[in-house]
Amino acid sequence: MSEKTLVNEEQHFEEMIAEESICTTDNLVYEKPDTLLDTPMHYCPGCGHGVAHRLIAEVIDELGIQEDTIGVAPVGCSVFAYNYLNIDMTEAAHGRASAVATAIKRVLPDKYVFSYQGDGDLAAIGTAETIHTCNRGENLLIIFINNGIYGMTGGQMAPTTLPGMKSTTSPFGRDVATMGNPLKITELVAQLPGVYYCTRTAVNNAGNVRRAKKAIQKGFEYQKLNKGLSFVEIVSNCPSNWKMTPLASNKWMEENMFAFYPLGDLKVPNDKEK
Amino acid sequence: MSEMKLMKGNEALAEAAIRAGCDAYFGYPITPQSEVLEYLANYAHRTGMVVLQAESEVASINMVYGAAGTGRKIMTSSSSPGMSLMMEGVSYIACAELPCLLVNVVRGGPGLGTIQPSQGDYFQAVKGGGHGDYKLIVLAPSTVQEMVDFVRDGFDLAFKYKNPVMILTDGALGQMMEKVDLFPQMDRKTEFESWATVGKPKTRERNVITSLNIQADEMEKTNIHLQAKYKLIEENEIKYEEYMCDDAEILLVGFGLVARICKKAAQLAREKGIKVGVFRPISLFPFPTAKINELAGKVKGILDVEMNAGQMVEDVRLAVNGKIPVEFHGRMGGVVPSPEEILHKLEEKFVGEIA
Ligand code: SF4
Repeated sequence: MSEKTLVNEEQHFEEMIAEESICTTDNLVYEKPDTLLDTPMHYCPGCGHGVAHRLIAEVIDELGIQEDTIGVAPVGCSVFAYNYLNIDMTEAAHGRASAVATAIKRVLPDKYVFSYQGDGDLAAIGTAETIHTCNRGENLLIIFINNGIYGMTGGQMAPTTLPGMKSTTSPFGRDVATMGNPLKITELVAQLPGVYYCTRTAVNNAGNVRRAKKAIQKGFEYQKLNKGLSFVEIVSNCPSNWKMTPLASNKWMEENMFAFYPLGDLKVPNDKEK
Repeated sequence: MSEMKLMKGNEALAEAAIRAGCDAYFGYPITPQSEVLEYLANYAHRTGMVVLQAESEVASINMVYGAAGTGRKIMTSSSSPGMSLMMEGVSYIACAELPCLLVNVVRGGPGLGTIQPSQGDYFQAVKGGGHGDYKLIVLAPSTVQEMVDFVRDGFDLAFKYKNPVMILTDGALGQMMEKVDLFPQMDRKTEFESWATVGKPKTRERNVITSLNIQADEMEKTNIHLQAKYKLIEENEIKYEEYMCDDAEILLVGFGLVARICKKAAQLAREKGIKVGVFRPISLFPFPTAKINELAGKVKGILDVEMNAGQMVEDVRLAVNGKIPVEFHGRMGGVVPSPEEILHKLEEKFVGEIA
């Protein structure tokens, strides 16, 4: 296609958009959820955070609970989640989101409360808060984004960094003899009686996106039924700090992260309870 | 109805929290203040307030942060080592401008220290403690009655200025029994501030509670706003007590428990013909700087007495600004000074000069 025809094409599309002849209520299959603000996201291209945010917004819209939902996002790449979600939100100190969420839920028991936490936050500095919030069976939804690295601070080793995986603080690869093992915190909290529902998902393809959305939805629904804590891990990527293209990072995630952190339910309510 | 009772300081403070219509308490056991949590666990059901024993002081203070963001009356209490753990959260709360009540029943430090009374956390309470330029409103009770009244007043100040308020007391006041007049039960709040994160109705923009501002010039604006608020607090909320100051030639200055001992020392001094008065700062921030400066023009010297190595004395000296000598007497690590030793120190430092 010559440059000239491209320009013509573009003009043609712009005219069609101006006439609103492309998007009509009849052919609309995809639109921005109400709960998602029209703010350009600061996340790196190809990062899973954007998809995860959208799923939360879709679920909140579909359940009709925008007015009754309060979100908590702590320090990490998602610290600005409040810029994208059109709900009341509290930014928490590093690691403390589940304590903050606990308190909000305790004083507002009829509202929906969720925290959105990364792996450094939830499984290193906030381990105590995570475990005790789960163990108390707080009626919350914890959404846990695990990409095996500290994104915001520039790619340091996380509690979830895989053995042999390189980071700026494990430049020769994670040596478990001196740096310890990656922590499977989701397996750990699944053992606790306060946890009602615990699952591990991903947002790397359409099928997983659907499953992740369903999991988030269940988390909110169980909250309404006062069932206790729902814990939804989303294994994600960090193309920037893994130093890969988005496509390569997804492939690496499928081959390496999923092998160590297998997708699927870790704890589901038994049928009678449901 | 108000009610007269004989109560232990910590329990009276907890009772006052219930009566003040406190909505939630988050805390962790530590001597010498565990009675607060124990009392609330027993009696808070009267008003249905939330009482939660957290896994640590770090969790407690972050629970306070989350709950305070909903516009409710929220509090915690601890003692020195526990308070140190809370300091990060306190800085977040101050920057996010959330009202709440913090109580530090101070014990001897540093480190694990002792469980006996101390005033070693003055700097931590008044000068920051956590990171960044922030201020707490700090009230220092000297009786069990004030432990009670300052709970109610503390919540009022916290909401008036959207600022954390700290009651800085000590292990002796927390443990001692005194007669107290308990104020009548107040209703819990039913209306909440427009900034509270309670779920966003269609009719307003979303509320966000945060202390983050990635742009330096924006963060400076936040700081300028906070400093202006602190200035306003300094203009309006200074509290102090004067005891026999009118004709005094020498002034004893002390806060909290120490001020009571100073009063006894002043009586002993007057029996010997030495005209001694006592000045007690009640609000440690805002500090009664101007009043101390004024008094410094009327007396020959000041003996500042504290249960620490000399912390508030720095603020007293700044207030006096070199006009008269300011001497210091302190006991540390949980030791309480006696009236006799204060008198002895006072005579040693000043009586020769006066005669
Ligand atoms: S640093 Fe990593 S986790 Fe953070 S936004 Fe970029 S890709 Fe996503």
